[in-house]
This record gives sequence, C-alpha cells and structure tokens, in this order.
Amino acid sequence: MQTRGTTNRVGCVALVVIALWLQAACARQAAPVAPETPPPPPVSTSTTAPTSPPPPPPAAPPPVVPTELTPDDEFASRSLEEINRESPLEPAFFVLDSSELDDLARQMLEANAEVLQRYSSWVVTIEGHCDERGTAEYNLGLGERRALVAQQYLVELGVDADRVRTVSYGNEFPFDPGHDENAWAANRRAHFVITAR
Amino acid sequence: MTRIPRFLLSTACIAGLSLIQVTTTGQSPQPSQRDEVDLIIGERIGTPPSFAVPDCLTRTPDAATAEAARTIAQVLRDDLEFEREFRIIPRDIYRTIPVARSLEDLPFDRWQELGADGVISCTVEATSDSQIEIMARLFSVRSLESAFGVVYSGLNRNVRRYAHQLSDEIHRHQRGLQGVARTRIAFVTDRYSESVLGLVEDRPVKEIIFADYDGANVRRVTVSRSLNLTPAWSPDGRSIAYTSYLSGFPDVIVSHLYEGRMTRPANGNTEDHNFTPAFSPDGTQIAFWSNRNGNPDIYVVNVDGSGDVRQLTNHPGIDESPTWSPNGQQIAFTSDRTGSPQIYVIGADGTGFRRLTYETYCTRPTWSPPPFNEIAYASKTGPGHDIKVLDLATNEVRQLTYGLGSNESPSYSPNGRHIAFTSTRGSGLKQIYTIGRDGNGLSRVTSDGNNEMPSWSR
Repeated sequence: MQTRGTTNRVGCVALVVIALWLQAACARQAAPVAPETPPPPPVSTSTTAPTSPPPPPPAAPPPVVPTELTPDDEFASRSLEEINRESPLEPAFFVLDSSELDDLARQMLEANAEVLQRYSSWVVTIEGHCDERGTAEYNLGLGERRALVAQQYLVELGVDADRVRTVSYGNEFPFDPGHDENAWAANRRAHFVITAR
Repeated sequence: MTRIPRFLLSTACIAGLSLIQVTTTGQSPQPSQRDEVDLIIGERIGTPPSFAVPDCLTRTPDAATAEAARTIAQVLRDDLEFEREFRIIPRDIYRTIPVARSLEDLPFDRWQELGADGVISCTVEATSDSQIEIMARLFSVRSLESAFGVVYSGLNRNVRRYAHQLSDEIHRHQRGLQGVARTRIAFVTDRYSESVLGLVEDRPVKEIIFADYDGANVRRVTVSRSLNLTPAWSPDGRSIAYTSYLSGFPDVIVSHLYEGRMTRPANGNTEDHNFTPAFSPDGTQIAFWSNRNGNPDIYVVNVDGSGDVRQLTNHPGIDESPTWSPNGQQIAFTSDRTGSPQIYVIGADGTGFRRLTYETYCTRPTWSPPPFNEIAYASKTGPGHDIKVLDLATNEVRQLTYGLGSNESPSYSPNGRHIAFTSTRGSGLKQIYTIGRDGNGLSRVTSDGNNEMPSWSR
C-alpha cells in the first residue's frame, strides 16, 4: 500500500540531491564549510525514507536584498529551526471562516514568492491554521483550504509547485493562546515553514 | 425478621439452580446459560423502581477483598444510575441498616421502610492471591423472591469489569435493555505534556487513548510524539482509526489493538492527505475526507486497502466529517457549499444528495444507532457551539446543551441513549462529558489535561 508514496519520496529526494549538487558545482567559488550542525530531515520525510546528506552551502545569487546582510551571512550557518524561528517568510492572514485572499494576504504571498525565487533551493510547507471559534473537525477542512489557496497563488506567481507543500493543522497549534479578537486574528493564517534548503 | 424458606437453600444449591455461573479469564467473561425465574421488579406509578446496593460482604478477611467489595458496589451503583432505569437509594441513607451476614440474610423489613423495591446483595471471596469470586443476587423486597443471580470468578484486578457486567446483566434481565457499562470511549488527549518532534518548537502532542465509559481504566493507543486526532472505533471494537500526522502529513491510520499493527488504507503521501475516518457499520469500509483532488471531498476505501478509493462528493467547497447511517446505505457529512457549513446526506452509491440543516453553522454530524433515527451535530449558538439532534423522521431539532462553554464532537453510545461530547464548560479546558439523548443526565468522563473528540465503542 505504501509503494506509490515511497517511490514519490525517493524520487523527490533524488531530485533535490541532484539539484543541490548542481548548485554546489556552480557556486563552488563561494564554498564556505558546511553548516556546523547538519539539519534534521525535513518534517515531511518518513522515517523509512533515506535521509538526505548534509546539504551543500546555499547558492549565492546577486545580493539584491533590502537587508544589510547577504543571504550567506544571514542563513548559511543557521539551522532550519533557527531560520524558522525568525522566518523571512511572512504569514498570510484570513478573515473569520474564510479561505479567500484579501489584498494584504496577496502582498504577503508576493513578498514570500520573491524570497523563494531568491533562495531557489528552499522547500517550504504552508500550514493552514484557524482560530478556535469553529469546531475542531471543521477547522481541519478550513485550514486545508487556506493552505491550498496560498499554495495556488504562489504557483501563479511562478514558484515551482514541487517546492511548496501544504498541511492543515486546523485550530490545533494556535500562535496566540488568547481568547480574544487579536488572538483569533493572529491564528487565522497560512504559515510558512522552511523544511529544506 | 421476615424470611421465607427458599432463601435458606445452601449457596451451592443456589448456584446450581438459579445463579449464572460465569468463569472469567482476562477481559471477556463468557456468556452463560440462563436458568432463573423471570421476576421483573416493576415500577410504582410514575416512578422507576428503587434499588439499594449495599456494600458487598467479604468472605475472606484480607484488605484486597475489602477493597474489591467496596469497588463493586460503588461501580454498580454508578452504572445503574447512568441508565436512569432505576432510582438508586443513596448509600448515606442506609448506613444504619445492619450489614447482612450472608447473601440471603437481608433485613428486608428495614429495606422496605426505606422504600426499596429491590436490593442487590453480593459477596466477594479471594480464591487465590490474584483471583476472586463474586456472587450477586437481586431480591424483590416486596415478594422476598430472588429475581436474578450471578457468580463471577477471575482476576482481582478486573473487579470493575465484573461490576460493569453485573450492571449490564441486570439491565438486560430487568428492563430488556442493552446497557453500556462495558463499553469504552476513545478520545484525544494532551495529558502527556510532550512536544511534537519537528521544525517548530513547543507544539503539544495529542495522543489517542481510550477508557471505560466512566473514564476509568485508561489505555494508550498512540505513542507517537505527533498530532493524532478524530479517533473512530471499528464496529467489532478491535481497531481504532484516526487522523495522524506521524509521517509529517495527515493520514488515516488504523491501529489494530490486539494485533499490534497499523495500516494506512487511504494511502496518504506528502501531497495527498486524509482525515476523519468513519467505519461503515459492517466494518469493511472507511469513509474519510481527502484533499487529493485539490479541495476537501468525501471518499470511501476498503479497510484492508484493497480495491480503488471511491470519490463520493466532488465540489470546490469543503466536504468533510462523514458519518454512516446504521444500514450503511447513506453518509451524512459537513459541507460549506452554500457559504456556511451545514449537514448534508448522500447515498453511499452517490445518489440521493440532500441538505439536512438550515442554521447558522452546523458541523460534525454523527448518526444514531437504531432504534433511533437521528443525527447529532454541533451547532453554533453564540460564541460557542451546542449539541443538537435532528430527528430524521419528523425533521424536528432538539437542543441538548445550552451555552455552557463550547460543546462539540458528539458520539452516540451503542444503545443510542447517550451522547459523549467535548465541552469547555467549567474550567475552560476541553473535557469529555456524556448526556442522555433527552438532554438529562450530564456526567463528566475526564479531568486530566485537555480531552476531546470522543468516539464511543459499539
């Protein structure tokens, strides 16, 4: 029963490894040492799948970043956990019981699309989250729709669909534990987690 | 003291004549031959019969036997009260009644003064270090006759189980009722206070556990350090299906409890995710919802993973939370296709689609077992939700809970008389409660951590 999924995963891992090798080959002059701590396997990788080797250093595209630091300086030596803790990818927020993107949400996703173009090896998972006011089961469906809508928009903006996974968490992991309008607004989101780079 | 000679029969003789001999090994007492007089202790006008359940007599002097004697009487009282077929005389009231010296030596005149119609008398005896024997009889206080009797023997640690079985047998014998005392409730808990393994820190794990219907005797189903939701019992009680993020993505997992293995009939992967399984009444199929065609729709698959996955709904809206009708021919589910979530029903063959609810926000339907023909669901009634029931014959809706916290995730007991649900009433933490299908008889099942999404075993 697992054959198809495992094949897909092996295929994906193989593609990622090849892509990373090509990048490393092209960017050999940049070549700082590998990160001190190899990142753990991406969250979406099953324990039975082969683990990826420690990734080579990220490619160094022209630094058109608005920040003072270059991408290398910013992320090269940091673990995925650290990067995700202060993620350069912003969440898109939703209104109550809706999975439609408003103007602000589109702006956030457009900014994220630019970041993903710049770090072209990054693979992200878009998590769909809901506030606590719907029922827990219904929110799993609503979170799914929010994640799918955000994924679709990124693909429309030119991000490769293979680099954007989705997962619904419903109302299971609130970002703000409060029970007021501010907390609810913060919790209705498509949240970005970088799962590979 | 009033007695009649038939009570003076020896214990051995009684066992031979009218007690049901049950030898119990492990969890499942064997059904036994019945050979007792059909004496039904009737109700007086307007009130159910009153029963007294004095503490059991101990035939051996050790502490374990004394503890078992107290536990059996207490569990039996609670079980009998739960179905509300009898009025159980509070234990405090009969403290002054002298303890009987044997199973038959009951002070019937005193019980009659307290208004008892029936008295359940029991004895407990240690037959080895780990084994006990329990004898119990139900007497009519008016006719002074024995209506019912059983003998159980088995492991001391299963003592609650014997009390539950006694309650079920009394309900069946006296009321023709299928009791729920030996049923179980599976649910989701965060009581283990661990964090999910993953790239985002401090996300609490939720694991699936199950307990006896009264919350005792907790056992774990998942030990996964991940998120596990929406458990659903198989009809034979040997498996629990649930939504698990064990592999990093949500998939339907079936845990085969007595075989120590897990299967994934919906065959999820990093793109195709599967949620909220529900076993068909014959136990051969699972309905669930999946994103595999780009948005949430309802699907059906064989439990053993054979054959094709069958798509039952196809709509760009959210279709989710399927529940089977008792004959397996229809599936009700939640859909937001008209703009707000409402309950719909469709034939398991894909025909006969229709809308069932017309309220603000209705989710998570659960179909009653027979003889009732109704669907319980969560309806948004204010800041939170309340449990309502739609009678499918009359289309009438009745509300069971009223605005105390949020009340969600209803699940019927196998006899259809009770509904387990999640409520945030009281502390604000999520806890499992049960309530009668008439809205009476609220009782709390859990108290440790947050507990939610109950599934009542068949």
